[in-house]
Amino acid sequence: MSRRPPRFLLGGRRFSPAASLALAAPFLLLLLVVFILPLVMLLHESLFVPAPSLGNYAHALEEPVYLRVMLRTLRIAFLVTLLALLLAWPLAWVMSRSRGVGLALLGAAVLLPLWTSVLVRTYAWMVLLQRNGIINQILGQLGLVGQPVRLLYTEGAVVLAMAHVLLPFMVLPLYSALKGIPEDYPRAAQMLGASPWATFREVIWPLCLPGVTSGCLMVFLLALGFFVTPALIGGPQQMMIATLVSQQVRELLDWPFAGALVGILLAFVLVLVLLFRRAVRLDRFVGQA
Amino acid sequence: MRKLEADRSAGSIAIEGLVKRFGRVHAVDGVSLDIRAGEFLALLGPSGSGKTTILMAIAGFEYPDEGRVLLGGEDITWLPPNRRNLGMVFQRYTLFPHMSVLENIAFPLKMRGVGRAEREERARGALRTVRLEQMGERSPAQLSGGQQQRVAIARAIVYRPRVLLMDEPLSALDKNLREEMQIEIKHLQREIGITVVFVTHDQTEALTMADRIAVLDQGRLQQLGAPRELYEAPQTEFVAGFIGETNFWAGAAAAAAAPGEALGVQLDGGVVMPALAASPVPAGGRVRLALRPERLRIVAGGGEGVPARVTEAIYAGNATTLMLETAGGQTLRLRIPAGTGLPEAAAGEAVTLSWQAADARAFAVRS
Repeated sequence: MSRRPPRFLLGGRRFSPAASLALAAPFLLLLLVVFILPLVMLLHESLFVPAPSLGNYAHALEEPVYLRVMLRTLRIAFLVTLLALLLAWPLAWVMSRSRGVGLALLGAAVLLPLWTSVLVRTYAWMVLLQRNGIINQILGQLGLVGQPVRLLYTEGAVVLAMAHVLLPFMVLPLYSALKGIPEDYPRAAQMLGASPWATFREVIWPLCLPGVTSGCLMVFLLALGFFVTPALIGGPQQMMIATLVSQQVRELLDWPFAGALVGILLAFVLVLVLLFRRAVRLDRFVGQA
Repeated sequence: MRKLEADRSAGSIAIEGLVKRFGRVHAVDGVSLDIRAGEFLALLGPSGSGKTTILMAIAGFEYPDEGRVLLGGEDITWLPPNRRNLGMVFQRYTLFPHMSVLENIAFPLKMRGVGRAEREERARGALRTVRLEQMGERSPAQLSGGQQQRVAIARAIVYRPRVLLMDEPLSALDKNLREEMQIEIKHLQREIGITVVFVTHDQTEALTMADRIAVLDQGRLQQLGAPRELYEAPQTEFVAGFIGETNFWAGAAAAAAAPGEALGVQLDGGVVMPALAASPVPAGGRVRLALRPERLRIVAGGGEGVPARVTEAIYAGNATTLMLETAGGQTLRLRIPAGTGLPEAAAGEAVTLSWQAADARAFAVRS
């Protein structure tokens, strides 16, 4: 059993708590001013305006329109997570068994989109999916459809585009978990009589489960609060909670109610994170298995 | 009667003309081997000799470019690993970390559809065989390296395969434990009568454990034989140099000799000494003599032999090693086992060396 390395290390020497704090201070200050303070103010407003009560929250949870938006948000986030997992697992597996140029290319394929604006990627999906878009043109030329199919502004389109946008957050923790499985494990399983499927079911899947949980949680949480893609790809029928919040703030100027929606979303996210807190391993994102 | 014979040969392995290329490199270059049922065979060679590739071809993780692998007379060259019913112990511990020790051992039985109760009973039995009956409920990470490897062995034999493949299974253990495990594995192999193919680069390990050793170099089989045969009568210069310690001394044959015949060799910078031809030697042909350090003798009272000077004497308890230099500049090692009463010498002393023809093997140098 190796000893856990000390938490803050530089040049082989441990940082003093004061030094650690000083190094982190600029970021923590920024976080406080631009994130925590506005959030607290918003939540405060949701509880105390117009009068100190839970009225804003009751309104959000009792009105069927808003409840539907919340349920749809949950459903879309769930489907996005599932699709991302199905797409990411095989890719992460190949990456974990690749070396050199192959790995570099696959890694670039995963990371380059991450460095491209979400807006650009979402517009790309709009170009693909619109009425006279590439997909409809191909379908038409192949004679598969008589007239253009409605692809854009459907729930399927929202799920597909969001899964694509969030894919790197699934691939990276999966890759890290799979990379940590020595090649001899699947080999040993096969020698012991396990078919490829049994090897996957009995050995590889259980061992990569922490990465699966980590990736799913990450994608699910990001999907819950996603704004740009559902707002552009989905129509009013596919409104998700972030769009609803934006609408309340920008069009109806109902800050207290928007605050309540944010509060509900935040509470839900916190519960999930607490439930799976052992699976949320941030070190998986910085390359340590 | 026929059935019995079939059973007896069921654990035999035949490798026929195996060739495996990685790019332009021949990892294995036309190796044929017959491994008898119940035999302990070591594949011995330096890294890159092809020993692991041969093992992987038997296991089914490498498919050969040419040649066949037969198990009990049946062609298994293209069979996937999980359908070969072989046992294998890997170099690194490959116990599944998410299963207990007992679950690990029961795993191959589960894969074979054995019921839960029987699985547990047989797994406990296998655990007893490797003397770890108390450890069944532990997780692999709680065991020491040696214990983990014993569990890996139990897991590899619990389904009674006819052949057990071992890929340097002891290389991660420290020296004392390694020696203990060598004997233990050997005993276990005799007890259950399983065929073992054992890959190692450690010649002592191969000599200690194996019934027969296949020495490999650069993808080719150099010699196949019992440990004593390899040590006492190496057929190639590579084997002479790889197994045990050897002094090499170049010279010219005084007369032609067929393998096994005695001849005189005119040593470079020295005198004519007796030797035994290991390969056909033409008259006047260049040869290299292989001399074991423990077979060299110091002649008391300066009789006939090679004059030399002791440059260093190293005392190591069970033996004393002398570093010698002849007048012609040839350096030699000479070992005197302790307690034999053989003449010794101190550093700086002038001595006379001699050996018997049978202890000096002459290999013709290809020109």
